[in-house]
Amino acid sequence: MVNSSDPQAATTVVTPPEGRLTTADGKPLAWALARSQARAKRRAFLLVLPLLGFILITFVVPIGQMLQRSFYNAGFPANMPEISQWFAENPRGTDPDDAAWTALANDLLASAEARTIGVVGTRINYDVPGTRSLFTSTGRKVRRGIEPPYREALLEMDEDWGDPRVWSAMREASKPVTANFYLAAVDRTRADDGSIEQVEPRQRIYVMLFMRTFWLSLLITGLTFLLGFPVAHLLATLPMRKSNLLMILVLLPFWTSLLVRTTSWMVLLQQQGVVNDILVWLGVIGGSQRLQMIYNQTGTIIAMTHILLPFMILPLYSVMRTINPSYVRAARSLGATSWTAFRRIYFPQTLPGLGAGALLVFILAVGYYITPALVGGSSGQLISNMIAMHMTDTLNWSMAAALAALLLGSVLILYWLYDRLVGVDNLKLG
Amino acid sequence: MKRTLALTTAFGLVAMPAFADVNLLSWGGAYGNSHVEAYAKPFEAESGIKVNIADADNPATPIKAMVEAGNVTSDIASVEYADAVRLCDEGLLELIDESVLAPADDGTEAADDFIEGAITDCFVGTDVYSMIIAYDDSKFPDAKPATPADFFDLEKFPGKRTMRKGAKFNLELALMADGVPAAEVYDLLETPEGVDQAFAKLDEIKSSVIWWEAGAQPPQLLADGEVTMAYAFNGRIFDAAQGEGKPFNIIWDGQIYEMEGWVIPKGAPNKEEALEFVTFSTASAQQARAAEFISYGPPRRSAAALVGNIEGTEEPMGPHLPTTEENMSNALGSNLDFWVDHDAELNERFNSWLAN
Repeated sequence: MVNSSDPQAATTVVTPPEGRLTTADGKPLAWALARSQARAKRRAFLLVLPLLGFILITFVVPIGQMLQRSFYNAGFPANMPEISQWFAENPRGTDPDDAAWTALANDLLASAEARTIGVVGTRINYDVPGTRSLFTSTGRKVRRGIEPPYREALLEMDEDWGDPRVWSAMREASKPVTANFYLAAVDRTRADDGSIEQVEPRQRIYVMLFMRTFWLSLLITGLTFLLGFPVAHLLATLPMRKSNLLMILVLLPFWTSLLVRTTSWMVLLQQQGVVNDILVWLGVIGGSQRLQMIYNQTGTIIAMTHILLPFMILPLYSVMRTINPSYVRAARSLGATSWTAFRRIYFPQTLPGLGAGALLVFILAVGYYITPALVGGSSGQLISNMIAMHMTDTLNWSMAAALAALLLGSVLILYWLYDRLVGVDNLKLG
Repeated sequence: MKRTLALTTAFGLVAMPAFADVNLLSWGGAYGNSHVEAYAKPFEAESGIKVNIADADNPATPIKAMVEAGNVTSDIASVEYADAVRLCDEGLLELIDESVLAPADDGTEAADDFIEGAITDCFVGTDVYSMIIAYDDSKFPDAKPATPADFFDLEKFPGKRTMRKGAKFNLELALMADGVPAAEVYDLLETPEGVDQAFAKLDEIKSSVIWWEAGAQPPQLLADGEVTMAYAFNGRIFDAAQGEGKPFNIIWDGQIYEMEGWVIPKGAPNKEEALEFVTFSTASAQQARAAEFISYGPPRRSAAALVGNIEGTEEPMGPHLPTTEENMSNALGSNLDFWVDHDAELNERFNSWLAN
């Protein structure tokens, strides 16, 4: 290696015979560059570390844990180990023998003593409604004492223990990893023999709500585009003083609380509301024919379109501001009609803003919750309302997680499709 | 894993001061206020133990999260009976020995003084509220509705209705309106025919119903004239009638009552103090006091006579409470076991019914 304390030697290595570049102190240039860049990268990493940690702790980890519940539920095997073991050793179709009944009785007793019988019952109740109390009431009875023969003893306590559906559900639940919540989230269930079938027509709800959610989100995205495009264009082309004033009109509702805006729509649209009053006063409709514009799908569409409108206008506006008006003028001077100039020259240049706005509005709309809950009535509910129901009312978080995972998955698929068709590089958020 | 979940849960909850003595998780609003005035303040004055109150939309949800994460920051919480049953069976609550409860002033044991079901392994009832039919008096100048059947009679009592968006309460009401006696409602609902019958009855008014989600909506809908009759929680209607002078009347016939009460989350840091708080707040005098702030009845029989005037007025609270004797003549106690068993199934069916 070169002795850097020798000035003579240092000058010779600046242009070594092999042509390898080195720095003034004799280190290879590539290495020195990598080192100094590594330091810069480390510094940059340290700078973003707080944000990264924040996102990991508050976003990635909780969402990951929540999603894990959609396919992992150890409530049954953890509290009913012996019968789970029996299920593992005996294939589907085996009738429960003495060993099975003994295992069941032992598990029920242990679980009742440990006060975890509710967890077990809740888990089975997801698959066979009405069985939760079977577990809890049997739990109370076995705490008072249970004697062999266990089969007769348990059937004596509740004849439902002989129900093959209960055994089938216990077998399903004995494995902690399960696809059953996803099945339920698409209105499917397992028949007694383990095959997958649709649930009864009157219980089917989720597939319809998924379809409705995506359809309404698409519609709302389209409406925000129709309403927002001219506004954005006006904002981008007016002189600054006027456009700033108009901008405030767009931003004011944007800064107003979501609940306030939703409730304002109730005041405006309800049957005894402002809009109906005006229509009656004008004589457009009779007093007894007041229009039902809220507490149904119409209400959801109107309120959500209004609330999401700024998310379409702002990206469109920022893109339109940068479009050079001379392109359209050039097109016109070359003989294009105003429509052709708009269609071939102006509109394509707004696509990055349109793409960003549409994506924002659509993704926000898909997950919308409070507005449909308040103004949606019976026909304006979205899938997020069912997720909320499972989170807060039925406390079936696994089901909520499965529905949320499906929603997240389908949004990601749509995003991927969008990337393939339009290209995410074309997005311009501002 | 546990640690990270604990951390993340801590972010989601209201931060509570470390020097707290009893950390109470309540509901906020007028109901939370009754906890502050009737329980927390007098308890602090008497025992010197400070009560820190945090509010949640439904305290049962954070309890599940806290206990599962092993980071329990609340010592006591007010939850609905159904949630208490569920959380207790899942082992998420401490057991409450009923010997901590104070006897009535005349020496009656607490166990005999509380109404049936108000004391369970993990739960002590603090108040009884109910779902009732309310109507706008000014909309029916002649004949007044008086029974659940009138709620379903759109010809005699025209106008829209508002009902809670969910299966619970509505199915029971439908059966009672169809002539099923209160005592047989849940037996009938256990059968598929009973559920069909309830939905068939609901079909009769389906097109005239506005479904509410938040408890504040029904009095608002009544006040706006959007509906003429509402199926709602009695406290909300009482507040609108009493506080804002609205002409709302309550039909107590066919009321469905439920309880709320205290539970102690498993692993509560200050369990001893929490139990002291339970003893104090469930004594007859305090129960009666709470009923003066909000029209929820005390679950102790001995407390009924002690309830005074509506706070800040000269009018007695008694007639407005679900637990008052004349209001209980045709009342149905909500069957929690039934709903814990069938909640998901019937709500899915209900939502499917709504959508079609």
